[in-house]
Amino acid sequence: MDEGAQFHRVFPLTGADCDVWVDGRRLKARRGQSLLSLLLEHGGRVRTHERTGEPRAGFCLMGACQDCWVWLSPTQRGRACTTPVEPGMRCFTRSPEAEVLP
Amino acid sequence: MKRVAIVGAGPAGIAAADLLVGRAGISVTLIDEGQQPGGQIFRQPHPGLATDMKRLLGAGHARLERFRALCSNVLPQLDYRPRTLVWNVFGGELMTLGERGVDSLSYDALLIATGATDRVLPVEGWTMPGVYTLGGAQILLKEQGCLIGRQVVFCGASPLLYLAALQYHRAGGAVAAVLDTTPIAAKVKAIPRLLALPGVLKDGLSYMAALRLAGVPIVGGVTLDAFVGEGRAAEVRYRAGGQAHAVACDAVAYGFGLRPEMQLAELADCALRYDSFRRQWYPDHDGDGRCGHGVYVAGDVAQMGGAEAAGHSGRLAALSILADFGLEAPASPEPDRAALARQLTFQDGLGHAFAWPAAHVAGLADEVMLCRCEGVSVGEVRRGLRSDGGPQEANRAKAATRCGMGRCQGRFCGSALAELVAAETGADGVARPLDRLRAQPPIKPLPISAVAGEPLA
Amino acid sequence: MSQMHTDVVIIGAGSIGTLTALYLVRQGLSVVLLDRGFAGGQSTGVSPGSLRLQGRNPTEMPLSMRAQEMWEAFEDDIGESVEFEQKGHLFLALTPAHLDKIDALMPIEAAHGNFCEKLSRDEVLSRWPCLTPENLGGMFNPRSAVVNSRMVAPAVARAASRAGALLFEQEEVLSVERKGETFLTRTDRDRRIESPIVVNAAGMWARPFANGFGEDAPMFSAGPIQMVTEPVPQFLDPVVHSVDGHIIFRQTLAGNIVVAGHPRVPVDDVARRSRVPPDKTLRNMRRLLNAAPGLLPQSIIRIWTGIEGYLPDMLPVLGPSATTPGLFHAFGWSGHGLQCAPAAAESLTQLIVGGASRIDLSPFAIARFTGAVRPDEQKLRDEFEDNVVRPRSGAAAS
Ligand SMILES: Cc1cc2nc3c(=O)[nH]c(=O)nc-3n(C[C@H](O)[C@H](O)[C@H](O)COP(=O)(O)OP(=O)(O)OC[C@H]3O[C@@H](n4cnc5c(N)ncnc54)[C@H](O)[C@@H]3O)c2cc1C
Ligand SMILES: Cc1cc2nc3c(=O)[nH]c(=O)nc-3n(C[C@H](O)[C@H](O)[C@H](O)COP(=O)(O)OP(=O)(O)OC[C@H]3O[C@@H](n4cnc5c(N)ncnc54)[C@H](O)[C@@H]3O)c2cc1C
Ligand code: FES
Repeated sequence: MDEGAQFHRVFPLTGADCDVWVDGRRLKARRGQSLLSLLLEHGGRVRTHERTGEPRAGFCLMGACQDCWVWLSPTQRGRACTTPVEPGMRCFTRSPEAEVLP
Repeated sequence: MKRVAIVGAGPAGIAAADLLVGRAGISVTLIDEGQQPGGQIFRQPHPGLATDMKRLLGAGHARLERFRALCSNVLPQLDYRPRTLVWNVFGGELMTLGERGVDSLSYDALLIATGATDRVLPVEGWTMPGVYTLGGAQILLKEQGCLIGRQVVFCGASPLLYLAALQYHRAGGAVAAVLDTTPIAAKVKAIPRLLALPGVLKDGLSYMAALRLAGVPIVGGVTLDAFVGEGRAAEVRYRAGGQAHAVACDAVAYGFGLRPEMQLAELADCALRYDSFRRQWYPDHDGDGRCGHGVYVAGDVAQMGGAEAAGHSGRLAALSILADFGLEAPASPEPDRAALARQLTFQDGLGHAFAWPAAHVAGLADEVMLCRCEGVSVGEVRRGLRSDGGPQEANRAKAATRCGMGRCQGRFCGSALAELVAAETGADGVARPLDRLRAQPPIKPLPISAVAGEPLA
Repeated sequence: MSQMHTDVVIIGAGSIGTLTALYLVRQGLSVVLLDRGFAGGQSTGVSPGSLRLQGRNPTEMPLSMRAQEMWEAFEDDIGESVEFEQKGHLFLALTPAHLDKIDALMPIEAAHGNFCEKLSRDEVLSRWPCLTPENLGGMFNPRSAVVNSRMVAPAVARAASRAGALLFEQEEVLSVERKGETFLTRTDRDRRIESPIVVNAAGMWARPFANGFGEDAPMFSAGPIQMVTEPVPQFLDPVVHSVDGHIIFRQTLAGNIVVAGHPRVPVDDVARRSRVPPDKTLRNMRRLLNAAPGLLPQSIIRIWTGIEGYLPDMLPVLGPSATTPGLFHAFGWSGHGLQCAPAAAESLTQLIVGGASRIDLSPFAIARFTGAVRPDEQKLRDEFEDNVVRPRSGAAAS
């Protein structure tokens, strides 16, 4: 499957650079960006649907469909489309339990 | 001191606040989930994003500037709570979830100006990455400075179809096609009503002309068959003029108009009214926004009308609140009533020009996903409805099949479920209203972490 | 106007009404089952479907034990899945008082042949690592089970219809009168049904059909509060239930965690509306987090309650009318009627068909409310929020 970027940036971000870890991988982000735009400027999916196993990449882009929930930290989940990136954020697109529990 | 709570900082909520702030005897709290005021139409770029809004919005930019000026005047005069979700209402108290956790807010008058979100119907492949709502595609551009793809098909039935496509074009994106499900003949018939606002009609026609000039294929009267791709949208298949067609793309934006965000109104015990033309339900009000027992509605949630109408209805609701408090009105409601009426006539025209394709659902194949949250297919619901002693009503079908039980609370499958139940039970949606999934709290998911660290008792 | 004759009219198509209809038609009786809403549309369809065996009122145990036997064969019997799963029920001790309660319960359960295992804190944690390390131990009953309550009444109604029962949904019973040897039941669809037997299984709304025959039970309404999380990968088998009932949760087949927690809240049985006060939702979220800290990242996606009828001794009315031959009552299940339903329906069927039931129903007689009944005030205080309207004990409305 094509894992190229889904979103295509046309207006530049001017906010400060920051690092965000997604599934352990470091991505360069900028303040002001939503987590969803970061994920989809670097890939083509956000999560795997828990029942159907299908790939999903958000749908409404305005906080209504709840199709873009990810782990914002090992103990917190949230919508990628309405969550601005934070410096040092460690997000996971699948349950981080395997990675964080002994 | 009378406490007014306004939910929604879009054009309706801000217009209402403008009339209420600075008045003796009133305190106003304005709550909105968004990072910034503006609602749907005036979505603003996040700080840290250099979006050329002037290029994007063209002539519409002046309106945005006016709105911003209004906000910077109004917001400092009230208790503004951005990034705050209203997740429930009970016994005259709003329940909120903000950055500092859960809280409650009691009110003497509640103005619900929660706007609308995209109204969609399932199309084969609609859950695939690369397929987005039309409004979402536009919001991503305004708020994040991104396009949903490099080669985008805009399809469905909505005035936003042409506007969003043009904005993508202006932003440097390639518009693969605009596929409009409403036949041209229906558009022509809508013209008399659309002439209620000749300027806006002219703008709309100019969007189409600009797209044509840019060489964007525009096809009317299409039937959308499928969004196709290997794990991501790559093609839209449709029929037009009796023939099957396909257009290549790497993203799809689609929608069939808007649905009111009325969960809060329903939980606040507003009576509901059925609009048989749009085939959907709205909170019932007296025309000036009054729903009774201290609850008011304004903007898209009260009636689909667009941003100008939202402003007028926001002002009307504010005047109703003042009148009901027995306070002096700063203005007569008549000019806003007249302006709102013109807007609504125009909206009726739009409703004809971009018609809700009620018959689409009956034609869906069994395999198509109906409820994207719970992963329930059209066939599963259909079989349930057809089974001996099976459910014959949407809420019963939800209980039996899980359709509508997921995280989005039926926002995106609700219209299709209602149409499917009608198609299977022989209801026409006119003489007998379509069913409606009842609202349940929380209005959006409530993270358990919201109570973390709080003492048990 | 339409006129009908039948052997039995059943008012209410909850778990009790539908099962009674099924068992009666199987005995060869003709049955008309009426509900003003839909089968399972009230209390029955909104419960988390817990079929708990331990910690029940000992008076009810014979009924419960028989019911569990029937639940174990239920899906084969009705020919449909109701997502029955027998994964046990854990009483979790969070305070020393809870442990004392478990110690007191163990011999009672044993006496009823209900096998329970007492578990130490470490045993609890090794079986269910998601539970709080602060727990003090538990009591596990492997025979307790769960069903998907939304599926029960519709499935049973279909089975009953296939067997010949007539089900009329969205048809309200307006009145039942005695006419000579038979009853005349009138509905809002202008139907008149004559029958020698009437079963009153109208849930919280059963009282008028007793009052009409000069008897009463001080039933009052309340709502057990519920909520459900988004789906989570399977991690929890049994129902987990703090000994005081303050927090009860289980994972469904679909992965969601259904969460309840007493005390119950007031509901409006007249307007038939039930809403959970948001502070109670938040309270139960805190309690959930306390019992299973690992659920911290999840979200609540739905909140609801329902309208259940309670009696001050927390036992149902089940059995013949004290005043009128041919009339049978089965209401006031006080929050645990789904578990009892098969045995209750079987007992009613035996009573109606053979004149006597195998299980002694005398403790459930409606007549127990004619004298002065002393409700267990302390227990009621624990079970209900203060603003739930309390019954005036023994007050027989005319
Ligand atoms: C995606 C989209 C794009 C649109 N684009 C255009 C356009 O380009 N041009 C045009 O003329 N019209 C457009 N419209 C129509 C537009 O919605 C209306 O014209 C106008 O924005 C309606 O204003 P409003 O104040 O009623 O609601 P909205 O502008 O929708 O504002 C509602 C506000 O309420 C908030 N809210 C809702 N529920 C809650 C809650 N529970 N808790 C807290 N806050 C809440 C939302 O965050 C939002 O900010 C668009 C509509 C949508 C949905
Ligand atoms: C939120 C909640 C959680 C629960 N959890 C559990 C649990 O985990 N385990 C358990 O064992 N039990 C539980 N219960 C209790 C259980 O649901 C009931 O005790 C049981 O199902 C018996 O219900 P019923 O048939 O008596 O009543 P209902 O299901 O309420 O059925 C009565 C029916 O009578 C109908 N009716 C009333 N008046 C008329 C009329 N005049 N004409 C026609 N029809 C009429 C109503 O429409 C209704 O459908 C719970 C209850 C609730 C509300
Ligand atoms: S994409 Fe719909 S909620 Fe985020």
